[in-house]
Amino acid sequence: MESIYLGIVIAPLAAAIVAGLFGRTIGRAGAHWVTIVGVAISFALSLVVLKDIVIDGAAVFNGTVYQWAVIGDIRMEIGFLVDHLTALMITVVNFVSLAVHVYTIGYMRDDPGYQRFFSYISLFTFAMLMLVMSNNFLQLFFGWEAVGVVSYLLIGFWFKRPTAIFANLKAFLVNRVGDFGFLLGIAAIVLHTGSLDYATVFGRAELLDAESIEVLAGRQWSVLTVACICLFIGAMGKSAQVPLHVWLPDSMEGPTPISALIHAATMVTAGIFMVARMSPLFEYSEAALSVVLIIGATTAFLTGLLGIVQNDIKRVVAYSTLSQLGYMTVALGASAYAAGIFHLMTHAFFKALLFLAAGSVIIALHHEQDMRRMGGLRKYMPITYWTALIGTLALVGFPGMSGFFSKDALIEAVHASTTFGAGFAYWCVLLGVFVTALYSFRLLFLVFHGEERLDSEARAHLHESPAVVWAPLVALAVPSVFIGWFTIEPLLFGEFFADSMLVLEEHDVLHEVGEEFEGSAAFVLHAFTASAAIWLALAGAIVAWVLYLLRPELPGRIARRFAPAHRLLVNKYYFDWFNENVLAGATRGLGRLLWSVGDRTVIDGAIVNGSARGVAALSAIVRRVQSGYLYHYAFAMVIGLAALIGWLILRG
Amino acid sequence: MIDYYPAAAEIFLATAICVVLLVDVFLRDEQRMITYWLSLAALLGTAACSALFFVDEPVTTFFGSFVADAASGVLKLVAYVAVALVFVYSRDYLARRNLFKGEFFILGLFGLLGIMVMVSAHSLLTIYLGLELLSLSLYALVAFNRESATAAESAMKFFVLGAIASGTLLYGISLLYGVTGTLEIGTLAERLSGPDGMGIPALVGLAFIVVGVAFKFGAVPFHMWVPDVYQGAPTPVTLYIGSAPKIAAFALAWRVLVEGLGDAHASWQGMLIVLSILSLAIGNIVAIAQTNLKRMLAYSTISHVGFILMGFIAGSDDALSAALFYTVSYVIMAAAAFGMILLLSREGFEAEQLEDFKGLNARSPWFAFVMLMIMFSMAGVPPFIGFYAKLLVLGSLIDAGLVWFAVLGVLMAVVGAFYYLRVVWYMYFDDPLDEAPIAAPGGMRVVLSVNGLGLLVLGVFPGYLLELCMRVL
Amino acid sequence: MVTVAHYLVLAAVLFSVSVAGIFINRRNVIVLLMCIELMLLAVNFNFIAFSRLLGDTLGQVFVFFILTVAAAEAAIGLAILVVLFRNTRSINVDEMDTLKG
Repeated sequence: MESIYLGIVIAPLAAAIVAGLFGRTIGRAGAHWVTIVGVAISFALSLVVLKDIVIDGAAVFNGTVYQWAVIGDIRMEIGFLVDHLTALMITVVNFVSLAVHVYTIGYMRDDPGYQRFFSYISLFTFAMLMLVMSNNFLQLFFGWEAVGVVSYLLIGFWFKRPTAIFANLKAFLVNRVGDFGFLLGIAAIVLHTGSLDYATVFGRAELLDAESIEVLAGRQWSVLTVACICLFIGAMGKSAQVPLHVWLPDSMEGPTPISALIHAATMVTAGIFMVARMSPLFEYSEAALSVVLIIGATTAFLTGLLGIVQNDIKRVVAYSTLSQLGYMTVALGASAYAAGIFHLMTHAFFKALLFLAAGSVIIALHHEQDMRRMGGLRKYMPITYWTALIGTLALVGFPGMSGFFSKDALIEAVHASTTFGAGFAYWCVLLGVFVTALYSFRLLFLVFHGEERLDSEARAHLHESPAVVWAPLVALAVPSVFIGWFTIEPLLFGEFFADSMLVLEEHDVLHEVGEEFEGSAAFVLHAFTASAAIWLALAGAIVAWVLYLLRPELPGRIARRFAPAHRLLVNKYYFDWFNENVLAGATRGLGRLLWSVGDRTVIDGAIVNGSARGVAALSAIVRRVQSGYLYHYAFAMVIGLAALIGWLILRG
Repeated sequence: MIDYYPAAAEIFLATAICVVLLVDVFLRDEQRMITYWLSLAALLGTAACSALFFVDEPVTTFFGSFVADAASGVLKLVAYVAVALVFVYSRDYLARRNLFKGEFFILGLFGLLGIMVMVSAHSLLTIYLGLELLSLSLYALVAFNRESATAAESAMKFFVLGAIASGTLLYGISLLYGVTGTLEIGTLAERLSGPDGMGIPALVGLAFIVVGVAFKFGAVPFHMWVPDVYQGAPTPVTLYIGSAPKIAAFALAWRVLVEGLGDAHASWQGMLIVLSILSLAIGNIVAIAQTNLKRMLAYSTISHVGFILMGFIAGSDDALSAALFYTVSYVIMAAAAFGMILLLSREGFEAEQLEDFKGLNARSPWFAFVMLMIMFSMAGVPPFIGFYAKLLVLGSLIDAGLVWFAVLGVLMAVVGAFYYLRVVWYMYFDDPLDEAPIAAPGGMRVVLSVNGLGLLVLGVFPGYLLELCMRVL
Repeated sequence: MVTVAHYLVLAAVLFSVSVAGIFINRRNVIVLLMCIELMLLAVNFNFIAFSRLLGDTLGQVFVFFILTVAAAEAAIGLAILVVLFRNTRSINVDEMDTLKG
C-alpha cells in the first residue's frame, strides 16, 4: 500500500514539474494532458485507498516513509497517516481537482500563461495531498505553507492587474498573521511533548492539559488550551474566519478555476480539516472549543449577510463560501467533527459546482462579472442553468439534496451542544439558513431569470459553453444531489470516523442526534416537522423571488430606507477600512514617528532605513579593506599571523 | 620493500599525465579534442585504480609518509568527479575563445595529483609536496589566458600571497620538526602528547601552520586572494579553484590539525573560532555589495569556509564528518554555480555580472530552476543539500556546548540568504537584458542538470552521503 | 661559540626581513620574488640547524625538496611576471589594483 500512497502524492507533483519546467517544449496540449493524467492517476489511486479502507476495512496506516533528519530527540520525517478521514479527504480533493483541471482547458483557452497555470494547479493538488496525508506536524506545516504559496501565486496569476497584485498581497499578509499563530501552536506542542508525531502528541494530550504556562503575567493557562487556540488562529487564516476573512473575497481576482479549486473546495478547508485531525487535542480544552464555536458562528451569520449586497457574481459565491466555512467551524466547536467534515465534503462538491457555473457565465459574457448586467440567461445556457440550480438547491438545503443532510445534521448537533456559546451559535446558524437562501436565490434570479440587461453585443455571441466547461459541471452536479443521501448514516452516526477522531462522551452531540435517526428518508420527513431550517430556507427563497423577480424596484427602496445598515454591509462592516486605516495606518504612523525621532537624534536613520540597508552600507565600507594592493593583502596576513601567535602565547 | 599498491592511483595518474603531455605535443590545434578525451580517460582510469585498491583499514607505505585509508579514497573520488565536471563544463567555453589548449587539461590533472598526494599524505614533507604541486599548477592556470591583463594581475597576487602562505607553513613545519624530531604525522602526534610536548616553540609552530591552512581555505584574514583570483581568472579556472582544492584544504586541516596536532585541539580551537567568525561576517557582508557574480561567489566561499571550520572547532568525530559533508556538498554546489556562468557565456560575452541573470526564467525556465536550486542550496533553504550541511555543522556546535556560536552562524546564514535570493529575484522578476538563446552543447546541459538536481536529491536523501562521511572518518 | 639558537635567530630575522620586504616594497615585482626566495632560505636554515641538533638527516632531505620546489616556483613566478609585463607594460606593484572591492 505504501507505494500507492506515494503514487498519490507523486503523480501530481511530477506532472506539475513537467508542465512548469518543460511547458514550452511540450506545448499547451502537452501541459494539460500531463497534468490531467497526473491528477487522474492520483484520483484513481485514492479510490483504491478509499475502497481498501472503507469497504475492505483495512487497518489504519500510520508509518514513516522517509526519515529526513534527527535533531536531538525530535525526528523530522515524511510519513503518511491514512485512515477514514484521510481516505475521504484525498478522494474529495482529487475529484474536485480533476474536474477543475478539465474545466480549465476551456476557461484558460486564450491565456498566454496556460502551461504555468496547469503547473500551479497540479502543484497545489500535491501540496494539499501532502497536508491531508501527513502524520506529523512538520509535514502538515509544509503542506500548509505550500498551499498558501501556490494560492498566492494563483491569486496574482494575472500579475499585470493592479487589483490582483493588491489582492495577493492582502492574502499573503493576512495569512502570515494566521501562520504565525499556527507556528506558535506547533512550537508549544513540540516544546512540551518533544515530538512532531501526531500519535505521540495525541497520546500526551491529557498531560498537556495539566501543564500550565503563563502567557500574561499572573495568569496561568493550560498549555493545551494555548496550543489549541494558536493552532486555531492558523485555521482562521487559512479557512477565512472573522476577522481574518478579509482576503478571501479579494482572492476572486484570480482566474475562476482557482476560485473553485482553492477558494471553495480545498485550501480553505485545510483549517477545518486540521482542527478535525487535532480533535484529540481540542476535545480536552473546553475553552478552545468555545472560541472555535463563537468565531465560527459569527462568521457564518455576518458574512452571509454581506452576500446579499454584492453585485459581482463571484463575490457573492465567495461570501457564501465564508458563511459555509463558518458552519463547518461551528460544527467543530460543538465537537461534531464528523458533521463538519461531512459538510466540508458536500460543500466541496456544490460550491465548486457553483463557482464553475459562475465561471461558465463569465466566459459566455466575455468576462463580465456584474450581475446587474446579466439576467434571463436561462434560455441561452440551459446546462449551466440547471447545474447552477442544483448547486443552489444543495447550498440552501433543499430536502434530499446533499447540502440539506449536512446542514440540517449540523444545526441539530449545535442545538444539542452544551459547550459555552452553543445557544448563540444555534441562532446564528439557524438564521443563517434564511440568509443563505436569500443570497443564493438572488444570484440565481438576477443571472438566469428576469429581464435581460445585457448589452446587445454580448447577446449576439451568447451561447452555451463548450463541453470541457459543462462536463465538469455535470460531473459535480451528480454528487451534489446524491452524496448526502447515501453517506449521512455511516459518516455521522456510524463508526466511520471512529479511528480518526476522538469525541469525549460528554461532548458527543452527534450520538444524541443519531438516536432519532431512522434512515435518510425518515430524516427528510422528520425535518419538515421538527426543524425550522427548511421553513426558513423557503422563506428566504420567497423573499428573494418577491424582491428580485416580482418587484425589482423594492431592493433599492429598502436600501434607501435602511441606509445606515445598507452602508454597513456595502462596506463589509468596515473590516477593510479598519485594517487599512487603523492597523496599517498605525504601523505607518509608528514608522513615521521613528523616522522623525530617529532623524533628529543620534540614531540618524540607521533603524528607520531598516537593517537591510544598514548591512548594505556596512558592506560598502568593509569592501574597501579589499583595496586591490598586494602589500595590503600581505600586511593583513602578517597581522593575522602576529595576532594568532600573540593570542597563543598570552593564553599560555 | 616498498609497497606501491596503496599509491596505485597516484602512480597511474602521473604516468597518464606524461602520456597526455606527450600526445598533446604532436597534435594540431583542430585535434585538441583528443587531449580532452584522453584527460577524461585518465580520470576514469585513476578512479578505477582508486576503486580497485580501496582499503577500509589504513595502509601506510613509502616509509610511513604515505597512507591509504577509507577517507582518502572517498575524498579522492569526490575530487575526480569535481575535476571531470570542470573539464566537461569548460570545453565549449575554451573552444569558443581559442583557449582550447592542452595546458589546461594537463595542469588540471597535475593539480589533481597534488590534491591526491595531500589527501594521502602521512608526513609533513608529503603534505608540502602535494600542496606545492597543487599551488604551482593553480598559479599557472590562473595566468593561462595570456591575453588577459586581469588574469595576469590576479595570478601575480595569487602567486605572491600563496608563496607567503607556503613559506609560513614551512616555517611552522620546521619548528615542529625541531621540537619533535619527526615529520611523520603519527609519530608527531605521539611525541606531542607527552607531558611537555606542547611548549611555546610547538605552539608558535602551530600558529604558523594554522595560517597555512587558513590561507588554503581562504579564511579571513587570509582570504584576500580569493575574490581577486575568482574574478580575474578565466571562468573555467575559477570553477577549478572553487571546487576540487577545497578537498585539499579539508585534507590539510584534517591531516595536520586533527591527526597530527589533535592534542592541541584546545589551542587551535580558539584560533579557528576567530577565523570562522571573521569569515562568516566578512564573507556574507561584503558579498551583498558585489555586482560581479564570480566575486560574489568568492565571498560566499569565504562564508562557507566559516561553516566548514565549525566542524573542526567542535572537534568530535561526528563534527568532522559534518565538516566533510559540508565540504563535499560545497564542492558540488560550487561546480554547479560556476557551471551556470559557463553555460550562459558565449563568444565575446562573459555572463559574470549579476545583471546577466536577469529574466533567465523567460529565456530558459529549466536552467533558471537549476540556478534557483543552486542558490537555495547555498543559502541553506530546505530541502536542498546546503541546508542539511549547515544543519549538521550547527548541530555539532551545539553538541560541543558552543550554542552562542551556532546562533551567530544562523544569523549570518540569514544575512547570506539575502544575496543568494537576489539572484533568484533577478531571474524570475526582471526582464532579460538580452534574449540570445543559450549556446551550450547538449552534453554539458545534461551534466549540469544532473549536477543541479543532485543538490535536491542529496538534500532529500542525505542518508547515504552522510553515512559515508560518518564511516570513513 | 655558535649554538643552534644563533642559527634559529638568524633564520627568524631572515624570515621577518623577507615578509617585511613583501609589504614594504611598493615598486618592483621582482623584489617580491627575491623576498619569497629569501623566505624559503630562512626556513632552510631552520631545517638544517634542527637536523644538526637532532642528528637526523630528514631535515636535510626536506631542504633539498624545498630547493627544488623553490626553483619551480621561481620559474612560474617569472613566467607570470612576463605575462603581466606583456599585458600592462609595467611591473609596478602599485599599478596592480584593477581587481578590488
